[in-house]
Amino acid sequence: MLHLTLFLIFGAICVAGAVNLLVQRHPINSALSLVVVMGSLAGEYLLLGAEFVAAIQVIIYAGAIMVLFVFVIMLLNAGEEERAGGSRVALLLGVPGMTIGSLLMAWVLLERSGTQSVMMGALPGPPKIIGWLLFHDFLLPFEVTSVLVLIAIMGAVVLASHPEPSQPRKKVD
Amino acid sequence: MEWHGFRRALRDGTNEGLQPWGRSSIAPITTLHYLVVAAALFVLGVIGVLTRRNVVIVLMSIELILNAVNLNLVAFSRIWGLHGQIFAIFVITDAAAEAAVGLGILIAFFRNKETVNVDEINLLKW
Repeated sequence: MLHLTLFLIFGAICVAGAVNLLVQRHPINSALSLVVVMGSLAGEYLLLGAEFVAAIQVIIYAGAIMVLFVFVIMLLNAGEEERAGGSRVALLLGVPGMTIGSLLMAWVLLERSGTQSVMMGALPGPPKIIGWLLFHDFLLPFEVTSVLVLIAIMGAVVLASHPEPSQPRKKVD
Repeated sequence: MEWHGFRRALRDGTNEGLQPWGRSSIAPITTLHYLVVAAALFVLGVIGVLTRRNVVIVLMSIELILNAVNLNLVAFSRIWGLHGQIFAIFVITDAAAEAAVGLGILIAFFRNKETVNVDEINLLKW
């Protein structure tokens, strides 16, 4: 009962935050509702027993990545976006397509997935086991990921840095 | 946490030897419920990518899609062992790298064109 209540609360907050992200017009409001989505997803991970993933979710997603997003939004000072009118083709094709797609997805999920109930905290994922797996079974992907992050850091620095002053700038008139 | 139970759990992919907290509470929550939440998040993210014009919101919708994938991975890791959680951690790392590079591209672009609207980004259009 507790599990059901917590799951419904976190899931409702999660989906409501996602809808709010789409509805809001100013990017800063969307970013803050994305923080809400990340936090409630961390709650869902805790319900599944994935403690380490929940902690990582809060620290990296809700902490680092969202700070980066908010920082860039503040830096660019982008105002509210103006809405373009929706096209008629999107309305004519999209709504039936979405209905058919969601019905198909619901059917597949109802038919093919087991109905075995999940215990609260079903498969605990404490940092000890996660670290053991990361540094034994997944050592090579882990190191490759470190190279990927290094490349991403260099790419971000190169992309966001100023162009070299030695380069002659073209005058645009 | 008993080491042997943990090793057995790794080998067999089950959670027999592990001691979850709150095992006494039997709730009618299945993996299906988590999949439904993940599917809703994924669809909302796709709608955001397709309909919004602001690049920052498009990037945030991509984060939403990655979060849906993460929820799927963690929900399935309940059945198939802990490897799904490892993959979720890798996905989070990639999302961080993607956000850094994407926002760097956005800053470089904004410096040139003074806009963040997707439909005004047409430098590569013929």
